[in-house]
Amino acid sequence: MSAFLMPSLGADMEAGTLVEQLMSPGDSVTRGDVIAAVETQKGVIEIEVFEDGVLEDWLVDPGTKVPVGTPLAMIRSASHSGADPDAPEPEAPQPHDPKPAPMPREDPAPHDPAPQGPGPEVPAPKGPFPEIPMPEDRARTEAQPNRPRQRISPAARRLAAQTGVDLNRLTPGAGKPITRSDIAAMAGDQPEAQSDMRAAIAAAMSRSKREIPHYYLSHSVDLTRAEAFISAENATRAPDDRLLLGALYLKALACAVKKVPEMNGTFEEGEFHQSKAVHVGLAIALRSGGLVAPALIDTDRQNLDDLMRSMRDLIARVRAGRYRARELSEGTITLTSLGERGVDQLYGVIYPPQVAIVGIGTPALRAWVEGTIVVPRLTATLTLAADHRVSDGRRGALFLSAIAKHLQAPETL
Amino acid sequence: MTKTPIDAALAEELHRIAPDIEVADIDRTQDLREEFDIDSMDFLTLVTALGKRFDLDMPEADYPKMQSYDALLSYLCGKTA
Repeated sequence: MSAFLMPSLGADMEAGTLVEQLMSPGDSVTRGDVIAAVETQKGVIEIEVFEDGVLEDWLVDPGTKVPVGTPLAMIRSASHSGADPDAPEPEAPQPHDPKPAPMPREDPAPHDPAPQGPGPEVPAPKGPFPEIPMPEDRARTEAQPNRPRQRISPAARRLAAQTGVDLNRLTPGAGKPITRSDIAAMAGDQPEAQSDMRAAIAAAMSRSKREIPHYYLSHSVDLTRAEAFISAENATRAPDDRLLLGALYLKALACAVKKVPEMNGTFEEGEFHQSKAVHVGLAIALRSGGLVAPALIDTDRQNLDDLMRSMRDLIARVRAGRYRARELSEGTITLTSLGERGVDQLYGVIYPPQVAIVGIGTPALRAWVEGTIVVPRLTATLTLAADHRVSDGRRGALFLSAIAKHLQAPETL
Repeated sequence: MTKTPIDAALAEELHRIAPDIEVADIDRTQDLREEFDIDSMDFLTLVTALGKRFDLDMPEADYPKMQSYDALLSYLCGKTA
């Protein structure tokens, strides 16, 4: 038996609200299954389970806000499925748990290193944790065993979590999904979702500017061939299968990281942890304001078509306010692109605990010297903000040049 | 009067992508992406949806004919006529 904990979805997260239980006690779960949705400052995050087994019981009711590290559910692992269910339970935090039990916060300063690493060194928590109901205490909350799952729109769920509306009080009526206006009617007034998002950005960016000695580089790149490559590919493709320059940017960045690996990883607890995996965070602006940079998992292992599909999927989910936990916590470097209607260049702020962010300005036809003549070429300005604790400008320059080189040979991507 | 249902369909697909902006509030002759504040991914999503809805190719080479709301509307009307 092990506890499934409220995960840390980024260094700036201290607590989350369980908004949806997507599986019921007794359900089999497989590593990677989405079993719950958690509301954070950034939106609703789908939470995956890390082991195979059977969901024994929920420990936290929907709508409850709990600190990072709080057990949300008990999972009976597959290897013990034949064991006596009445056997004494081990202490809740297991070796793979991201964080020991939550402690009362005495220090309000948000400079704690992110609780990322699996913690063999983490001291075992001593004794029980009074605020956390353990399975024995749960009898009373099991009064409603197989409550049918409510159909509720993401926006409604978010609003319910923000306003404290208890979803159990809603009658799952006539197969009609619960909408935002139903919740608004129950809540009475309109909440300020925007301020939560702004607070999350403020916390992360303040930490970045406080802790990370940024250095900045910029480089012009000729995108004429990249654009021509995309046009030629798209000429014979249905809209569904068309490519965007963004997929090329992602791929070029993932390739360049192989050459200058110290751009890819996290700086935590005083040292740089280089990442073998390349999960490029993609900065995505939200229509309601604010932005998020969820990661495209294994960017380097995807071809351009895979990347297009991943981007479409990610952007659609982000717009609907729906993420997966890994996407918010496992980014290893960030890409931010101004798109086709932006300005010339941007100076990124590193998303901690990452150590680099690459910006791509809006491509435009500009005068470009080729040999001895001036020609109009489609160009863009690449920028890099990187962490001086980890790398120097010389390596950064090599990194930007590598991205530019890959973008000029799109057929090799 | 074939314009009305196509007009409604276009407004509906745009609403899906940019729910915070009403067609009534935009300048239908100005740049579509700027008026609706949509990026290249949103535009591709729009083209994909319209292509499926009207069974059209919507080739990239025709994108210049889709630069404003009115231009896109007359493009769709021409193709589906």
